[in-house]
Amino acid sequence: MLQIEDLTVSYGAVKALKSVSFEANEAKITAVLGANGAGKTTLLRALSGLVHATTGSAKYHGTELIGKKPEDIVYLGVAQVPEGRGVIGELTIEENLRLGGLFRRDASGTKSDINEVYEFFPPLAQRRSKPTFTLSGGERQMLAIGRAIVARPTLLLLDEPSLGLAPLITASIMSFIKGLCHQKGLTVLLVEQNARSALSIADFAVVLSVGEVVIAKDAAQVASDSDLRHHYLGF
Amino acid sequence: MHQFVNLTLIGITTGAVYAAVAMGLVLIWRATRTVNFAQGAMATFSTYVAVTLIDRNVSYWLALLAAIVTGLIIGTLTERLLMRPIANTNPLNPVIIAIGMLIVLEAVSGMIWGAKYREFPSNFSVTGIKVGTSRIALSAFDIYVMVAVLVLMVALLILFRWTSLGLKMRAAAFSPEIARLLGVRVGRMLTLGWALAVGMASVAGVLAAPNVLLYPNNMDGVNVFAFTAAILGGLDSPVGALVGGLGMGFVVSYVGGYLGSSLETIGGLIVLLIVLSFRPQGIFAASAARRV
Repeated sequence: MLQIEDLTVSYGAVKALKSVSFEANEAKITAVLGANGAGKTTLLRALSGLVHATTGSAKYHGTELIGKKPEDIVYLGVAQVPEGRGVIGELTIEENLRLGGLFRRDASGTKSDINEVYEFFPPLAQRRSKPTFTLSGGERQMLAIGRAIVARPTLLLLDEPSLGLAPLITASIMSFIKGLCHQKGLTVLLVEQNARSALSIADFAVVLSVGEVVIAKDAAQVASDSDLRHHYLGF
Repeated sequence: MHQFVNLTLIGITTGAVYAAVAMGLVLIWRATRTVNFAQGAMATFSTYVAVTLIDRNVSYWLALLAAIVTGLIIGTLTERLLMRPIANTNPLNPVIIAIGMLIVLEAVSGMIWGAKYREFPSNFSVTGIKVGTSRIALSAFDIYVMVAVLVLMVALLILFRWTSLGLKMRAAAFSPEIARLLGVRVGRMLTLGWALAVGMASVAGVLAAPNVLLYPNNMDGVNVFAFTAAILGGLDSPVGALVGGLGMGFVVSYVGGYLGSSLETIGGLIVLLIVLSFRPQGIFAASAARRV
């Protein structure tokens, strides 16, 4: 379980997150929703160590994440898929996937996990030795998620996987994430501006507005409450 | 015809040294987007260390090893102590630091070893090999230089292409943030990149010394052509460094041989101008984006 308590992050005088607290349950998908600038990406970056939290704590399986470096947090089983399909364009598809498992001790396990990703996403297998910038947006997102899987995480942080993707591709990525969560027992924290898509697979939803948690409820309740949706999520 | 063959051979040998120096520049550019203007002075310092050992009857090979180790240490210290503290400041700062190091290191070399020309002994014969009745401009030492540069290039290629360490170094260079999220210790990779680059340059310094003589700023001239070679190749391409280095070797050799040695530098610059007018990003660069 991921327990976030009283987490505050400031950029200079601007508070991007104001004392955010919520919990993400084991083997469930928790969606973090909200408009642009609500602090969603800042939250993920604080959890993965890329930005420093001013105060607060985030414990995963009882281990404090705040204050640790990103390169150490990976070893706790936390993988982040960064915003904007964070793959390295200059490297080949295979190299990107290998990078995901480099910190692991078992090379053969990494290899079989890479093959598993190829089975999930056949378009990647066909072009494994091509540079990543030859891929389409959807394929890059597949690669970014695939690379996170190769790291064999228990907690997956996803930053706007639907960004810039066509609705059909978004839907297939979302159902893939749901499948992952169920098959592997992954705990997923899904940051999305596309609330409708995120709510379709999430178990729990947290809505951020200007850096504060305004709603934390079962996803089904949020989806069925039309006032709430109109007010905070725009649909 | 005889002259053409000789100039071509000289071109390959000098080009090999340019390629090695250019490779050092490319390694640092790829990792940190900094042009290491101090590289020549660093290489000269290492070469002085080697010649000091040779003077004390240490074997050439041990002295070469000592030069490489000196280069690795200089590279490590430069990154850790000078470059890292200014990593996220104005991109001009590392350039200024590098130019400062060039001046300081050349002065320090002069203070320790004297600001005078001296010979650097070579481990192989420098007399041209006899073909039929005439000697050609290719000595056993020249062949050694080519082989040494080739071995280094292949070793680097293997490191970057086929090892996990090389993959981490490339990831750290292309995208430090993503690399960190995947557990890569980016700081260590940068240090290693600097160490390898200056180590490489130190080998180039030792290889160049028998031909250019040794004095505190003996690599300045070599560096001008090597820098041109690196730019021709595209600055971030190791293959470009090799091709650019050899290309510059030919240009300098032919211009010097047919038109006179005073025109060598101008010849190099004209080639640079022509190539950059048609391919501003360099011949082998993957992308046209360039920050500095």
